[in-house]
Parts: sequence; C-alpha cells; structure tokens
Amino acid sequence: MKSLFFSTFLAVLLAGPGLAGKAFVSNERGNTITVLDTESWEVIAEFPGGNRPRGITASPDGTKLYVCASDDNIVRVFDTETYEELPSLPSGPDPELFIIEPSGKRLYIANEDDNLVTVTDTETRTILAEVPVGVEPEGMGMSPDAKWVVNTSETTNMAHFISTEDYKIKHNVLVDQRPRYAQYTADGSRLFVTSEIGGTVSVMDIAEDGAPTVVGKISFEVPGVLPEWLQPVGAKVTSDGKRLFVALGPANRVAVVDAQSLEVLDYILVGQRVWQLDFTPDEKYLLTTNGNSNDVTVIDVASEKAVRSVQVGQQPWGVVTIE
Amino acid sequence: MLKGVLPLLSMLIWCLGAGSAAAIDVKAAVLRVDYPTLLPISRYDLKADDLGFAGAALADEDNGTTGSFLGHTYETTTVAAAPEDADAAMDKLLADGIRLIVVLAAGEDLLRLTDKAADQGALVFNAGAADLPLRDAECRVNMLHTAPSHAMKADAVAQFAIWKKWDDWVLIGGSNPADMALTEAYRRAANKFGATLVSELTFEDTGGARRTDSGHVLVQRQLPLFMQEADDHDVVIAADETDYFARFLPYHLWSPRAVMGSGGLRPVTFHGAHEAWGATQYQTRFEELSGRYAKPEDYNVWLALRVVGEAVTRANTAEPDGVRDYALSKAFELAAFKGQKVTFRDWNGQLRQPILLYDGSITVSVSPQEGFLHQTSPLDTLGLDRPESKCTAFN
Repeated sequence: MKSLFFSTFLAVLLAGPGLAGKAFVSNERGNTITVLDTESWEVIAEFPGGNRPRGITASPDGTKLYVCASDDNIVRVFDTETYEELPSLPSGPDPELFIIEPSGKRLYIANEDDNLVTVTDTETRTILAEVPVGVEPEGMGMSPDAKWVVNTSETTNMAHFISTEDYKIKHNVLVDQRPRYAQYTADGSRLFVTSEIGGTVSVMDIAEDGAPTVVGKISFEVPGVLPEWLQPVGAKVTSDGKRLFVALGPANRVAVVDAQSLEVLDYILVGQRVWQLDFTPDEKYLLTTNGNSNDVTVIDVASEKAVRSVQVGQQPWGVVTIE
Repeated sequence: MLKGVLPLLSMLIWCLGAGSAAAIDVKAAVLRVDYPTLLPISRYDLKADDLGFAGAALADEDNGTTGSFLGHTYETTTVAAAPEDADAAMDKLLADGIRLIVVLAAGEDLLRLTDKAADQGALVFNAGAADLPLRDAECRVNMLHTAPSHAMKADAVAQFAIWKKWDDWVLIGGSNPADMALTEAYRRAANKFGATLVSELTFEDTGGARRTDSGHVLVQRQLPLFMQEADDHDVVIAADETDYFARFLPYHLWSPRAVMGSGGLRPVTFHGAHEAWGATQYQTRFEELSGRYAKPEDYNVWLALRVVGEAVTRANTAEPDGVRDYALSKAFELAAFKGQKVTFRDWNGQLRQPILLYDGSITVSVSPQEGFLHQTSPLDTLGLDRPESKCTAFN
C-alpha cells in the first residue's frame, strides 16, 4: 500500500508541470520575455527582460536564462522557474548574440559597436578576455567539443575562428555580405554561416584540427518573392546532421535544406520577418520568431510543416527552449 | 614524370596562396570643392569642416579592421579646395601617385576633374553631384557615382506619393538653374508614375539673406497668399536645390497639405538618425570618430571607399581598372545599412540604392515602395533606366 502510494505520487510528479518544456522568447520592442509551454503552446508568463532584449540562451542545466539586453549593455539573468531576476553579467557594450559553452561556465558575447567578442565567466561574473574581431561582430557559433568559437562580422564579412584555449583568432574565412549566424553540426564536421544581404549560406567542412574549408554555398529561390527579400538569418541543423533549417527574414519563410547534398527541399511559410530559430530539446518542434507579425511559428520537424502560431510580445527576436 | 610535376604544382599552389594574401597598401583621396554660399535656412544644415572627410575616416577604419586580417592597409588623403584651386589640388593628388579619388564637387567641376584624372588612369567616385547628365550623355568611363541622381531622389518621392494615393501635385520650383533641373526631375517623375501636376508655380529667388530674426512673421503671412491660387491638390512638391524657400513651406500653405521634396519629407541617401538594418552601429562608430551626426556626403564618401575595400578584399586589386571592373561585375555586392545589397548599374556607373524619406528627425519610409517592379531590380525603378540612357562610355 505504501509503495503504491509512493509510485502514484511519483507518477503525479512526473506528469506535473516539471515535464512540460518551456520556450523563452525575447521581444525586442516590447522589452519583455514571453514564456510558452511547449506542450500546450499557451503563453504562461511574460516578464520584463531589460531594454531591447535580443540574444537569448539558457544555462546547460536549464535553470538560468541569459538575455542580451542590448540597450542596457549587460547580460540579464533570470531564474527559469520563478522568472526572478538574478545578478547581471558584464557583457561589454551593445551585446546582440552570444553562445554558452557546454559546461555553462563561459559565455562568448558579440559586441556590435566595439568590434569585440567578450568572454564572460558566468560564475565569477567577470570578463575573462576581449577578442578583437572584424567590424560589427554578430553571429556566434561553438564547435561541439567547445574548442572553437566562430564569430561572424557583418561589415568585414568574415567568419573568425577563435580558439577557446588562448582566445586567439586562428582562421578567417570570407563569406557573403552581412553574415548573421554560425551553426555547427552536432558532430562538428560541418559549419553553416548565413549571409543576410548576400542571400546565401556558406558551408564549410571542418577538419580534425578545426581548420575550415569552404565546400559550397546555398542559394534560395521562391517563385513570387523578390530575390532581395530572401535574407538568411537564423539557422539550426538537426542533431543527425540531415536537415538544415534557415530563417529567411522578410521572405517570411523557413528553408528546409538537405544538410548533406545542400539541396533546398522546401520552404515553410511562417510569420513575417522570421529571425531566429530553436528546436525543442526533443527536436520534435522548431520554433521561429517572427518580428513583424509578433508571433512564433511552431514547425513540426518530422513532417516539415508549420502546425501552429502563437502570439507573443512586440517584435520577437530570439528564442530558447528548455526541458 | 609525375614525381617531377607534383613539387612544381605544389609550388604553384603555394605561390597562388601567397599571392592571394599579398600585402596591399591602398592609397585613396577625397577632394572636396568648397563653394562660397549663403548660410542655410536651418542651422542644422551648417557645413562641418570635416564634411565627407569624416566618412573617409570611418571607411579607413572599417576597411583597415578587415585589412588587418588580410595584410591590407588603407590610407585616405583629404583635401578641401576653393573652386579656383580645385584643378591644382587634383594635379597634386595625381602627382602623389593617388589613383582612387572621391570627389565632392558641382557637376561642371566634377567633369573637368574627372577628365584630368582619366589622363593619369585614375578612377573617380562622385559622392556629391546629383545632376542627371553626369549619368546620361555626359557619363565618363572612369567615373562611378555613389551619390544618387536628382531623378532617383524624385522617383523615390513620387513612388511614396503614389503609394499614398496622393496623385494630384502642386509643383513649386525655384528660379535658379539648379532648381530648374530638379523641377524637371519631378516633372519626369510625375509623368513616369502617373501623377498629375494640377499647378506649377515658380518661387522667385529675389536674393538676400535666407533668414532673418523673427522672419517667420512675414513668412506666415506671405506664403498662404502665394499658395492661394493653386488648384485642388493632395500634396505639394518643392524643388529648391539652392535652399531658399522649401523649408518654409510646411504648415504655411493655404490648405492643410503635406510637403515633400526639398522641404517637408525629403529624399536622402542617409541621415544621422537612420537606425534600421543595423545602421545604429554605423551611427555610433561615426559619432565616436567625428563628434557629430553623419550627413549624406559622409555616407556617400564612406560608400565609395567601401567599394574600394570590397575590391581589395575580394578581388585583390587596388588598381583603378581592377576596382572599376570588380565594382561593375556581377560578383560585386555591398551591404550598406539599407536592407538590401547595393550594386552598380554597369551601363552608366550609378550605384543602385534605396532612398530614405526623411522628415528631419526620423526615417519615415524607404523607396522603392512595395509594388513598384522592374525586370532587373526594384532599385532600377529609381532614376534613369538603361533604355532611356544616352551614356555610351560603358558599352
């Protein structure tokens, strides 16, 4: 009887709110963070996110939310359960995008105004290093082994490969105009860099020692959409390395790309000015932030179809999910 | 046999690799001709001493940061000259071996200086003159334009008016030759996009100072009378290149109508409050460097030197012909804080670019407007198009 009671209690616990995942959406204009339940897709909370929240990520254990509050020149930190604000992290001026290493210790932040990548220790809340990069650093990617951080600079138009050992740039690769986002495959063998104004995605194979070789370039074409509006911004690749999803900004579509053959397979119609993407942790769904329609589109990854849209705050910019 | 070839081949590859990373020291110049003029209507339009030059300093910094990864350096000399000293200033730059020269000068002077540069094989960027003939019959093979033409700017205004369904225009032109050229651009734009000129008025330039202490008292009484005779209209378009009346028009008309063109909503390449498409970063870099807000001249000069930077970065050339050929090629594209890439019209050397519609404090709209289509690029709905062009230097 006792054990039955116990297991029932456990089952209730497991089925309770602890199981449903959450998605956090930064609303650039609304200065808020919207919280979605990733099972019911209901908005469960909205809380102040600082001034002009853009880049958003979570600690690997899912307990802390990090937000680039661009106009506050800091990274704001929130508890993902209570939404209570925790002590902020120094970021350098105008933080836009960042990436956290798998251990959760170091955060690599792009400072658009200062041509720097700032490395911040999330535990001691101090700046460990500032790495000079090209003009207008933006996209931040990290190799799965955490040995490399890739920063893209929007006016220099390069992907800078920074070693996380000594914070020195070891490789620079020229890509098309206004590179926005860098995304490694889960096995670290390939890197995708989106170029917003160039309208392309540069594809690099990554050697054992981390050295990049450009192997291709993905272009996009949608009947009835002016080529000027096909502007690749956010990108995510499935963990099996088979599918690449690319947000095409004002084209209001997410491109579905065979990540091996680099063939564009489909375009999924989403909200307006689609910006950043994130998978749910089980990779069942892909979420898109749509800045001009103030919503999030939920894409079913297996069927590659948009299944739902959820109204969030004003001008959603970034999204991160936790279990 | 193969054994012998391989080292040779690897040597060749090594050379190629080294070649692409070869150091290039890029030397360019900005030549600005300063004309004696009356003070502007608004103090906000007073010309800074470093007008245009600050744009060059920012371009050197931006190009130099990129160059630091590739072994390229950039150095731009800046010269301001009175009209009578302009030729000597150009001679001096050419004698110093500079072959990439951005010029801020009136059309006639620009043409003469460009021809002088051509004799020495130099490439000129027009960052100031809006005259249509420079892109038409008077085009030059060694002249690229980062400044938009009057026609591009007039078309930008016209498209916005049509989008608003403000089809009936009163066109008010100034009486100076430069004003008349601009008036003609608006006439063409009205015709091109189907607007009706219900009245055309000329505002005579009677000379004298452009503003006086408490001058607004007279302006408020006189302008409504001037406008009283105009037929019913949706919008007033002002063509005042010499800046003596258009700024006074808003709020002083007979009927409550919007003013566009040289006053009210103005077409510009750039302004100091433009923030869309990442431009905030351009503004903060510029302000930090110069201590003031960016003007169109600064942006146009910056664009010209960024074109040079792209040619050096991607085509490994700082030679005038190399830069020109790359700029006019299909491979060329440049992000310019306007939401889409800017490219050159390879038939007259004009940079295609969106035009901002600016009310004096913010970007109100950006042309080309939605729905204006073109077989080459929507940007070619602005300004002179290939079939109309009498430019043959690029054939």
